Amino acid sequence: MELNKEIQSLSERIEILRKEIKEGKKEKISELVQARAQFRKLTKQKMQNLTAWERVQLARHPKRPHTSDYIQNIFTDFIELHGDRRFGDDKAIIAGFAFFEGIPVAVIGHEKGKDTKEKIERNFGMPHPEGYRKAIRIMKLAEKFNRPVITFIDTPGAYPGIGAEERGQSQAIAESIMTMGGLKVPVICTVIGEGGSGGALALGVGDKILMLENAIYSVISPEGCAAILFKSQEKAPEAAESLKITAKDLKELGIIDCIVPEPLGGAHLQPKKMFRLLKRAIRNNLKKIINTDPEELVEKRQAKFYSMGRFIEK
Amino acid sequence: MGLKDLFSRFKGRKKLQVERGEWLKCEKCKTLLYSEDLKKNMKICPHCGYNFRMNAKERVDMFLDEIYEYDLFPRIKPVDVLNFKDTKRYKDRIKQAQEKTGLNDAIIIAYGKIYDREVILAPMDFRFMGGSMGSVVGAKFVRGAEFAIEKKIPFITVTASGGARMQESIISLMQMAKTSIAVDKMNKAGVLYISILTDPTMGGVSASFAFLGDVIIAEPESLIGFAGPRVIEQTIKQQLPEGFQRSEFLLEKGQIDMVIDRRNLKKTVYTLIKQLNG
Repeated sequence: MELNKEIQSLSERIEILRKEIKEGKKEKISELVQARAQFRKLTKQKMQNLTAWERVQLARHPKRPHTSDYIQNIFTDFIELHGDRRFGDDKAIIAGFAFFEGIPVAVIGHEKGKDTKEKIERNFGMPHPEGYRKAIRIMKLAEKFNRPVITFIDTPGAYPGIGAEERGQSQAIAESIMTMGGLKVPVICTVIGEGGSGGALALGVGDKILMLENAIYSVISPEGCAAILFKSQEKAPEAAESLKITAKDLKELGIIDCIVPEPLGGAHLQPKKMFRLLKRAIRNNLKKIINTDPEELVEKRQAKFYSMGRFIEK
Repeated sequence: MGLKDLFSRFKGRKKLQVERGEWLKCEKCKTLLYSEDLKKNMKICPHCGYNFRMNAKERVDMFLDEIYEYDLFPRIKPVDVLNFKDTKRYKDRIKQAQEKTGLNDAIIIAYGKIYDREVILAPMDFRFMGGSMGSVVGAKFVRGAEFAIEKKIPFITVTASGGARMQESIISLMQMAKTSIAVDKMNKAGVLYISILTDPTMGGVSASFAFLGDVIIAEPESLIGFAGPRVIEQTIKQQLPEGFQRSEFLLEKGQIDMVIDRRNLKKTVYTLIKQLNG
């Protein structure tokens, strides 16, 4: 892409100018200011025209903030609760209680992990049934004490493995979806990175569904779709386009309620700004539903999902 | 996910499709069978008991003694909202499947009686794009559930599906939420929901309404699971054990209530209705 090259050379130029200024060449300052402005302009242009496949790369970017980062930076006094009381503790899902600007809430989210060791420990954010059962347990606890539930979605999908099938992956996901659908407390879900199929939806049934600008949400990974329908995994970029997986697509389709803007170039470039932006979005959405009567809340949530689907009737 | 191997399995069986006056080979014991005989035997191999797949209409005939309606909602039809195209257009796939099956989509909502008990019976049809769940399956499931709630009669599904319909992308994923919410409403209304899993029940259907039944029954040797066997094999880089994800395996692992032979299904369901429902 021409634009990419131009941005790249500008960024190199900025680096050189910076060094020169440091070395005392003050006359270069105005050139630097100009280069920076141009850089911002072009980056903005690029970000607006990203292909779906480029957004997939951003959504999976290794430096992108994860659930644990948001928990640390948006909430206070987080206490993590562990285990499903049946089999084990699935580290692919973090769950517990915290304060959101003083309001006690339940927080649940997929966690992919940062370094290799943590990634393995957390199974790259791919939960087993016990992860979903832990989530269900915390949701019910939140309901019992009338606490809003805030979820973060970031998973390639539920784990496809022997143990997962033996212990009822399908049942766990189904129950989590159904539980969220009937929960008598406010539920806000945010897709922060990768929303991979049923494993994502299991934490994604809420009153308000938010999605970060460069996150993706899909019934199947572009690679999986390419392999099955396009008969070639290399067609993943095409599949990504066809599947309509970007925040903009989902907003147009009426699946999500709001797109949370990301800092220029993606959440990973300015995480602190990202935390502020998401915090604001959660605050605004929570305000809208926190005082709603529980029965009405459930009724509205169920009606919202009932309305999803396109068919003809004649 | 598992759709690829499901389709290849299906392709392999195409030759064995039961049509009038045709000889075919049993998949399991390889005995040559006459299709009319097979039909009379509920599509079960008289030699080894292998269960051939049944389509949605055959399910209605098998279960219902009195049929008020084969399909309460025949006017609900699929539409290609996303203009989805892979190797074929979704529009064309819909048309082909409709011509092949005579159905509008992969589920029908039948209303009738099992012996003296009124029920809603919602069988899926694997021939229609692998029984995949898109907007129509979701919508008809919900209408059927609402009907059962209104009439206070049991709701029975017979699943046969590769999962969510990729051609409807995220909208198909949301049908998992929609159908699960419908089950939640049945639960709260005290409506009995019996889920019968048949070969195959996978992915988005398995991970939503199929596993939310008050009672979950499976036909023998059916492939049932979340992820497709090939996806699992590729992920764990191991061969899967014999019988993995089959009904008997699920029963052993405590995931379903029972494995029931097709010949005893109706009686079992009827008895359950009497025991649980009034």
